[in-house]
Amino acid sequence: MGLFNVFDVAGSAMNAQSVRMNVTASNLANAGSVSGDPDKVYRAKHPVFSTFSQSLAGQSGVAGVRIDGIVDSAAPLQLRYQPDHPEADADGNVYATNVNTVEEMVNMMSASRSYKNNVEMINTTKDLLLQTLSLGR
Amino acid sequence: MEIPALAQYERALQFRAQRNEVLSSNIANADTPNYKARDLDFGQALKSARQSSISMTTTSDLHTQAWGMTKQGAQTLYRVPTQPTLDGNSVSMDVEQAQFAENALQYRASLAFLDGSIRTLRMAIKGGE
Repeated sequence: MGLFNVFDVAGSAMNAQSVRMNVTASNLANAGSVSGDPDKVYRAKHPVFSTFSQSLAGQSGVAGVRIDGIVDSAAPLQLRYQPDHPEADADGNVYATNVNTVEEMVNMMSASRSYKNNVEMINTTKDLLLQTLSLGR
Repeated sequence: MEIPALAQYERALQFRAQRNEVLSSNIANADTPNYKARDLDFGQALKSARQSSISMTTTSDLHTQAWGMTKQGAQTLYRVPTQPTLDGNSVSMDVEQAQFAENALQYRASLAFLDGSIRTLRMAIKGGE
């Protein structure tokens, strides 16, 4: 019965969206972090989604979501001149993280909407299957 | 054994279930870069069913033929995107949700037809009780 594949597809998408939500939470939590060493400062992280269809019964058109990895943002760090900061380097500079708060809020909303869409999809399919089970009663 | 009276509804249900899978893949991949939305063509599936299904004997040109869906799955086609996107994803969430709702309704309709046929057969078996 083909409808059961929907649970795998929506499940993989919900997993991907929840990872995205976790990464966003960690970005927002570190939005204010600074460091005197540019290599040690927190960099915004983003998950990379890709589609996969091999393991899902080999049927055409059925595709789940997979996370290929979580990459650090390449956006430039903010340099701040704060000589009184305890972490400041020899020149009196500190490096602030490259987390973009606005971007992260948008990411959070998008992830939450997509997650809800997948929950609705599972609910509808579950209803259809339950109705099919009561066929001929 | 396949009961002819029920077979066409069964195949329609199979088509709807398959389309449900394809549409849910589209919604699941709404945020995946370079994913292209896909769909099944009901009209095309019906057309191929017309060519291959068993035919009834007709005694007049005004009689219509009954068509059922074929057993083989319908062809998966790519959807024509309505708006360009930066990440190469062609899923339009409003279109997909509308199609998903429509498909679920059609599935329920096919299910109701099948249920009615089963009731009719059961009534015939019991002699109208």
